Amino acid sequence: MGELILGLYVFTLATLVGVELIRRVPPTLHTPLMSGANAVSGITILGAVIVVGTAEGPWVTWLGAAAVVLATVNVVGGFLVTDRMLRMFRRDSER
Amino acid sequence: MALLAQQLAYIASAVLFVWGLKRLGSPDTARSGNALSASAMLLALATTLIAGEVISWTVLLVALAIGSVAGALLARLVQMTAMPQLVAVFNGFGGGASALVAAAEFLRLDASGAQGGHPALLVTIALGILVGTVTLTGSFVAFGKLQGLLPGRPVTWPLQRVLSGLLFIGLIVLGALLAGVGAELEFVAALDGWEVLALLGLGAALLGIALVLPIGGADMPVVVSLLNSYSGLAAAAAGFAIGNPLLILAGALVGAAGLILTRIMCRSMNRSLANVAFGAFGGAGATATADDGERPVRRTTTEETALLLAYASSVVVVPGYGLAVAQAQHETRKLMDLLVERGVKVSFAIHPVAGRMPGHMNVLLAEADVPYDRLLDLDEANPEFSRTDVVVVVGANDVVNPLAREADSPISGMPILNVDEARNVVVIKRSLSPGFAGLDNPLFYLDHTLMLFSDAREAMADLAREVRELK
Repeated sequence: MGELILGLYVFTLATLVGVELIRRVPPTLHTPLMSGANAVSGITILGAVIVVGTAEGPWVTWLGAAAVVLATVNVVGGFLVTDRMLRMFRRDSER
Repeated sequence: MALLAQQLAYIASAVLFVWGLKRLGSPDTARSGNALSASAMLLALATTLIAGEVISWTVLLVALAIGSVAGALLARLVQMTAMPQLVAVFNGFGGGASALVAAAEFLRLDASGAQGGHPALLVTIALGILVGTVTLTGSFVAFGKLQGLLPGRPVTWPLQRVLSGLLFIGLIVLGALLAGVGAELEFVAALDGWEVLALLGLGAALLGIALVLPIGGADMPVVVSLLNSYSGLAAAAAGFAIGNPLLILAGALVGAAGLILTRIMCRSMNRSLANVAFGAFGGAGATATADDGERPVRRTTTEETALLLAYASSVVVVPGYGLAVAQAQHETRKLMDLLVERGVKVSFAIHPVAGRMPGHMNVLLAEADVPYDRLLDLDEANPEFSRTDVVVVVGANDVVNPLAREADSPISGMPILNVDEARNVVVIKRSLSPGFAGLDNPLFYLDHTLMLFSDAREAMADLAREVRELK
């Protein structure tokens, strides 16, 4: 139970921090913000590699392997495409 | 000791995530913010691989390699106009991965026979599977709509809300069964854990489809934002299931980000989330065409428009989804350059829900090398229109529809760009067809509105040529 409560603390506080940080993001950055945040949600990759790395049955291994592939696409693709977008943003004076 | 080192590395990674997100908030620092988030992810992954007591590396490394190559290729090859589709797909993958992690954790517990004593843990597993799978299938329906593989209009069926509601209740019951509720009942005890799990996944998959199909194409900014939020929540639920605080933290950050964007999008349409989700808004299309023949519009030509633009002192361009569809962003920028050379003040007014995802127009214009300090948001743009010589509306419709200011229209109260306050309005449009809301647009019939019937890209290219020849 203690671990669950601690988890709820982390969840609640992180949500508040997220709300405070993201409220200030200007509309011009909404797409990169979304795809960057999206890449962060690939954090589930940690769970996926633990599942595969310590799997004891074929079922769990394949489930985990699928999770690793999906999460890696999410992480790698998400960060790269966000960077590709952000590289394009320029001020008038920088052209 | 090793465990302590691992947790410290996770904390460092958490700090980097928050810091990265903070730096994502300004165009000057956003790129480094994204890099910080990426390094946080790398640190967390490396820590997990080192500390995770991995016994079977082969499958793991192959899966990582496949995912990396596929992700990198997608990120490199996608066109900027297709960004909403790509984000939808990535959202879906993230949600799917979280659902799979939760499912694997359940199977592990089930195999070890240890699940009996952990009802709370099992609830988080059920939540991870539910939210993750809804994100997966919902995102793919959204992708289908954005890509034009599925109809963009709202797809509805009889008793749609009732059926979705029943499905949702059924899923809650399955989740409760998974958590061990009713284990003393005979028919429940007869079910294998994985059978309940499979039913839960299947039902959640259906629910994701049933929730997104009835939502129309122009409401996609809300859907994509909401699915973004779900993908974070699914990761957080998976974090609870496997007891990893970093998943909870990062998932919550993403959940908050998606939620805020969802709220901004809803407010920009003056509609509640419930109305977007269940309103089956738009695409009716019947109200608009009735009086086409009767009310005259003032048609114009590219020659006339070019003169108007070239001799204006200030021009505001209002882009919409039509600009993306026509891939007209580069031609628009060329026209902007020519006008700026002539001393015309050019800016762009961007409505929050223009396009198919939050900030869609900004990215397109950035791709075409339009500097971001020329882009005005709704609040910045509206005071400018009364001082503007020419507004050029290209591929936008509902976001400039003055009906929003009247009491009894379907878009009443939606904040719009008040382009009708400008001295001249040029609307570039292929025909008089109504916008997504299926409403006629009184803007088109105003005395100072000129209609330029053309494809957006052709029109912009023609205008640029005409302006160049004026010298």
